[in-house]
Amino acid sequence: MEIKRRLFWDKFFEKVFSGTALISVLTLIGIFLMLLSSSAMAFETISFSEFFSGAAWNPAAFGKPTYGIGAMLFSTFLVTLGAMVIAVPLGIGTAAFLSEIASPGIRNVLKPAIEMLAAVPSVVIGFLGIVLVAPALAQIFHLPHGLNALNGSILLAVMALPTLITVTEDAIHAVPQHYKEASYALGANRWETLLKVTLPSCKSGVLVAVMLGMGRALGETMTVLMATGNATEMPHSIFDSVRTITATVAIEMGEVPNGTPHYYSLFACALVLFLITLLVNMAAERLAAGFRSKGQ
Amino acid sequence: MNRKIIQILGISLVITATLVVVSILGMILFDLTTKGGPTLSWAFLTHFPKKGMTEGGIFPAIFGTTLVTLVSTVLAMPLGIGCAIFLNEYAPDNTFSRLIRASIRNLAGVPSIVYGLFGVTIFVQFLGMGASVLAAGCTLGLLTLPSIITTTEEALRNVPRLTREGALALGATKWETIRTVVIPSAVPGIMTGVILSLSRGAGETAPILFTGVAFYTRYLPGSLMDEFMALPYHLYILSTQHHAIEEVRPLAYATALTLLGLVFLLNLTAFWVRARYRK
Repeated sequence: MEIKRRLFWDKFFEKVFSGTALISVLTLIGIFLMLLSSSAMAFETISFSEFFSGAAWNPAAFGKPTYGIGAMLFSTFLVTLGAMVIAVPLGIGTAAFLSEIASPGIRNVLKPAIEMLAAVPSVVIGFLGIVLVAPALAQIFHLPHGLNALNGSILLAVMALPTLITVTEDAIHAVPQHYKEASYALGANRWETLLKVTLPSCKSGVLVAVMLGMGRALGETMTVLMATGNATEMPHSIFDSVRTITATVAIEMGEVPNGTPHYYSLFACALVLFLITLLVNMAAERLAAGFRSKGQ
Repeated sequence: MNRKIIQILGISLVITATLVVVSILGMILFDLTTKGGPTLSWAFLTHFPKKGMTEGGIFPAIFGTTLVTLVSTVLAMPLGIGCAIFLNEYAPDNTFSRLIRASIRNLAGVPSIVYGLFGVTIFVQFLGMGASVLAAGCTLGLLTLPSIITTTEEALRNVPRLTREGALALGATKWETIRTVVIPSAVPGIMTGVILSLSRGAGETAPILFTGVAFYTRYLPGSLMDEFMALPYHLYILSTQHHAIEEVRPLAYATALTLLGLVFLLNLTAFWVRARYRK
C-alpha cells in the first residue's frame, strides 16, 4: 500500500507542475485575446484607415472625435530611436571594458553597480527627468521647459543600458579565446583585436542586445509619461513635447468611461504596442537562436 | 607609434563610456540622498500624509506597497517555481516545452502598461475583484512570473545531476527526489530570484495604475478588497499631479529616496544570499 501511495503523489505532482507550466502560455494567449476582442469593439465605430493613417489623436473632442495614432506612433519611435543612439555606444563601450579590459576586482564592483542601475524603478527615473534633466536641457538649449522627446530619450537610454550591457557582455564572452589569440599572434594590439576581431565576430549577439534594449524602451510607461511633456501633436524635432502610446494609455485609461469607443480605442493602441514589442522580441530571439546553433 | 596612440585613444573611449554609466548611478544616488535625506525622518516613514499631502508622512504608501508586493509574491512564487520545476525536471525537449519557453521569453517583454490593461479587464472587471489590493497583486504577480521562472530554472539547473541520481538510486520517486534533494539545494538560488522579482514588482507603477492604487486613502486597507496607496504612485502624484508641485518637492524627493532605499535593500539582500551560498 505504501508504494501505491508514493506513486500516487509522484503522478499527482507531475500533473501539478505541468499545470503551472501552462499558466505562462495561457497568460500570453489571454493578453493577446483580451487586446484583440477589446480592439474589435473599438473598430466597430472607428475605421481602420482613420486609426492607422490619421495623425491626430483627439478622442475627447466634442462632436467630432479623431482617433489617429500616427503622431503617437511616430513619437514612440522617435523617443526610442533617440534612446538607442545614446545607449548603444555607451553600452557596447562599457561591455567591452568589462569583459576585455577591467581587472576582476573592478568587474566585481561594476557588475553589481549595473544590477543596481537596472533596479532603479521607472518612476524614480521619471522623477529625476523632471527635477534634474529637464532644467538642464532647458538651460543648455534655451528652451522654455525641458520636458520633451530628448529628455525621454535620455531617460530611456538609462533604463535600456543595463540590458544592453549585460547581453553584449555575454556575447563578447562567447567569442572563442583562440580568435583573440590568433589576432594577438599576428601582432594586433588590444584595441585592434577588440575592434576588428572580437566585436565583429559577436555582432549578432550585440544586435540581440540592442533589440532587447529597444523592446524595453518601447514599452516603458512611467518615465516617458512624466518627462516628455505629453503633447499629442506631431513633433517636428527632438525638442518638442511628445506623447507616446504607453503614456496615452496611462493618462486616458483612468479618465474615460468604461465601454465607450474611446475606452476601447486605448486597447487598440495597446494592441499595436504589444505587437511591435512582440515582433522586436521574437526577432531578437530568432537571431539569438541562429547565433547559438552556429556553435560559437 | 600611430597604432599605439590609436590604441590609447580607443581604450580611453571605452573607459569613458564606463565612467559615464557609473556616474549616472552615482548622480541618481547623490541627488536623491542630498535632497531627500533632510526630509526623511522616522516620523515621515510612520505618519499619514496631512493637509492635502503637503505635510506629514508616507506610511500608508509604504504599507500598501509592502502588502501588494507580498500578495503578488504569494501568488507568483508557487506558480513560477512549479513551472520552473516542470521545465527543468520533467519536460522533454519537445514542441510543448519549447512553446512554454517561448511564451515565457515573450511575456518578459510585454510592456507593463499592457499588464495593467489585462489586470483591469480580467481581475477588476471579469473576475469582479474591483480595484483592490487583490487585483493589483494578481496583476503584479503575472508581471513578475517570467523572471521568477527564469531564475528558479537556473537555480535548479545548477543542482548537480549526480545528486538527483543518488536519490533515485536509493529508490526515491521523482517527486521525492525533487522535494528532498533538488529543492533544498536550490533554495538560495530560488530565494535570490524571488527577492529580485519582488523588488521589481515593488517599484512598478503602470500595472497598478488602474487595478487598485488610490490617490489618497484615509485608512489603511482593511482587507484585500480595498484600494491602497503605493510608493511609486505616490511619487508620481507628488511630482506631476499635485496642486502645489513646487511646494511638495522635498516630500517627493524623500518619497523617491524611500522607494529607492526599499528596492536597493531587497537587491542587497539578494546579493547577500547569493554570495553567502555560492561557495
